[in-house]
Amino acid sequence: MRDALREFVLDGATLRAASDGVPLAGLVPVGPRFRWQPDGRPCSIRRTWLDTFDWRLYRAGLTLELISRPRGPAEYRLTGRDGEHIAAQPATQPADQAAAARPATPSGSRSPRAAPQSWLISALPEGPLREQLAPVVGVRALLPVARAVSTARQLRVLNDDDKTVARVTVDQMAPGPKAPGLPPRLVITPLRGYVSQADRLAELLTDVDGVTEASIGPLEQALAAAGRHPGDYTGKISVRLEPQQPAAAAVATVLTSLLDTLEANVPGTIRDIDTEFLHDLRVAVRRTRSALKLAGDVLPAGLAARFRPEFKWLGDLTTPTRDLDVYLLGFGGMAAGLVAASCADLEPFRAHLARKRAAEQRQLARGLRNPKFSRLSRDWREALAAVPASRRARPTARTLADQRIRKAHRQVLADGAAITPASAPEALHDLRKRAKELRYALEIFGSLYDPGAHWQAIRELKALQDCLGMFQDTQVQMDELRAFAGEMMAGQTVPAATLLAMGEVAAGLARQQHAARSEFAGRFRDFAGPGGQSRILALTGEARG
Amino acid sequence: MKILATYNIKGGVGKTATAVNLAYLAAKAGHRVLLWDLDPQAAATFLFRIRPRVKGGGKALIQGTRTLDAAIKGTDFDRLDLLPADFTYRNLDLLLDSARKPERKLGRLLAPLRSGYDVVFLDCPPSISLLSESVLHAADVLLVPLIPTTLSVRTLDQLTEFIDGFEGKQPGILAFFSMIDRRKRLHKEIATTLPAQRKDVASTAIPALSIIEQMSVQRAPVVSFAPRSAAARSYVELWKEAADRAGLAAD
Repeated sequence: MRDALREFVLDGATLRAASDGVPLAGLVPVGPRFRWQPDGRPCSIRRTWLDTFDWRLYRAGLTLELISRPRGPAEYRLTGRDGEHIAAQPATQPADQAAAARPATPSGSRSPRAAPQSWLISALPEGPLREQLAPVVGVRALLPVARAVSTARQLRVLNDDDKTVARVTVDQMAPGPKAPGLPPRLVITPLRGYVSQADRLAELLTDVDGVTEASIGPLEQALAAAGRHPGDYTGKISVRLEPQQPAAAAVATVLTSLLDTLEANVPGTIRDIDTEFLHDLRVAVRRTRSALKLAGDVLPAGLAARFRPEFKWLGDLTTPTRDLDVYLLGFGGMAAGLVAASCADLEPFRAHLARKRAAEQRQLARGLRNPKFSRLSRDWREALAAVPASRRARPTARTLADQRIRKAHRQVLADGAAITPASAPEALHDLRKRAKELRYALEIFGSLYDPGAHWQAIRELKALQDCLGMFQDTQVQMDELRAFAGEMMAGQTVPAATLLAMGEVAAGLARQQHAARSEFAGRFRDFAGPGGQSRILALTGEARG
Repeated sequence: MKILATYNIKGGVGKTATAVNLAYLAAKAGHRVLLWDLDPQAAATFLFRIRPRVKGGGKALIQGTRTLDAAIKGTDFDRLDLLPADFTYRNLDLLLDSARKPERKLGRLLAPLRSGYDVVFLDCPPSISLLSESVLHAADVLLVPLIPTTLSVRTLDQLTEFIDGFEGKQPGILAFFSMIDRRKRLHKEIATTLPAQRKDVASTAIPALSIIEQMSVQRAPVVSFAPRSAAARSYVELWKEAADRAGLAAD
């Protein structure tokens, strides 16, 4: 366990006193047992905080900084929730150095356009830092989320053996070279094994006028200066609905939130920063389409009918690239599963997929830059803003949610019960669509229900969805694999070893599909059994206001 | 986590100076480093200005009532921590004797530190004992300082023979000449010819220089307070050879 930092904020007068050359020792007498010692000259550092677009590091209690000093290489520094050191690594890539050397500018925009650099985890140097980050970051890219310039003065606190027992940094941070400075911070970093001495020092500091314990960290401080806060994006539906609010207003609120998510992911999708921008964009589109299907009738007449084809167009636009993403993301696992063939045999196939994906991505970016998309986005937002919010309108949000969740649930039960071992794959595919609709209904109206019961209902449905997803995805992948093989043979000379390896992949997919098909009956039984049914009924039948 | 141990049956041959300087250089190269001062004389502990005291003493560490992790102290240098010596370490042999598989005990005690450190240096007291046997079993690389005499070469042969008898993992050996006096013909001769003849002898030799003795006055590694000195340059070269032998990045 690492020892946490203690951070303080100094007011202007205290800072001025320290800046005028009054040694900190004068402000904070540390008694006969300790003494202050300056540690080097004040230095100016550029700080760039990095995180994924969906704040995976922040949510995991981690902070990653790229620190650039006037001399020496830039350095990545990973710290924990309380500022404790976790890992550090010199930045060796030219791109890292360039990013660290960029003038600091307030990054108030949520759009990645304001932050041109991005790092996939594979671009970071190998070492403990990357090992710590990889499981948290996954396939997401790291983006600059805030920048600042810090002028830091270092001091050491020594005991009577002249041993350092704590390091102290007085940090004057500004969001940019010409921006006004933020309240200066004083940071005590205890040395391992000397925590009690650092605590004593912190106690002495709290007694000094003009010094208060910091309530937020430097990242939050830099973000606040730029009008942001950490965690300001999530792919989840985060609206809070009221049970008694009119259903139309509730549905419009959810749809507006989905449009926010959709738009937030457009720049990253166009720039192809990582695959999850497109993923989140597609989920927002699918949820929108499901919401229109499930509850579009409560919106003003004709609205759902007008926009459903538009969102179908948008969904279709994104499908080819995402399908290829799924293939490429799973490529490592696919190659690792080979028994007869070697991974190298599949390389021409990977190259074919990558070429195809690049072409599809260009098409997708063109589509998203097309005025048709900006028109759709603008018109949809205006239409949702115009949805009447009369408080007396009926039905209420909770009544609508109960009805639609039960209806979607009944549909899943009926379609699932009709599936026999002899049923065609299409029947399972249709059931998967119904299950998705139920899932989206539960998610869209989630804030109206008891969180525990809601989570329980989703968990049971998810197990069924995973099985259906495996069955359908392997079917699609097998079909595509045949098509890819045809394209590759038509276009160029394909090594026989590659086609044999692709055959082995297809056989593996068929085995997975068979396993999913065998599992289906059990999974559906669990979902449709008395326990599962009663949970949905209890969820939607709770006392209404 | 790689474990490097400075070991020699004789005292005053430069074990502690080597452990302290190489640990500093390893940390400077970006590794997270722990130096365990196993010598009750506490020279390495003194050089880092840390008090030679472990709560509960060696008994608590060996019997597991106190974890190594809890006894670790930060040095004044980034990424370099020290597990201090304690006068009770003089009884480590007795304590190990009552442990199960005593020759493996040190390795078992160090295992939980694997996630926190990339490199561990063990600075051993001069002896042949159960403790040194446990160190030899735990280490990946033994750094053996040799005074350039025929007798010390014979000692190296005995050590090699002893390690050859280990079942399972055997540490690599990197012997090197220490306290070389360039004015002495025998020193020069042995320090030049032996590295060319034997793979387990480093080509770097550490000269006998007063600046190395200054470490006890400065209470810091010579590579930190006199980085351009001939002694510091020798330690840098020795670290490169040791890092190579241990499979670690040297800078």
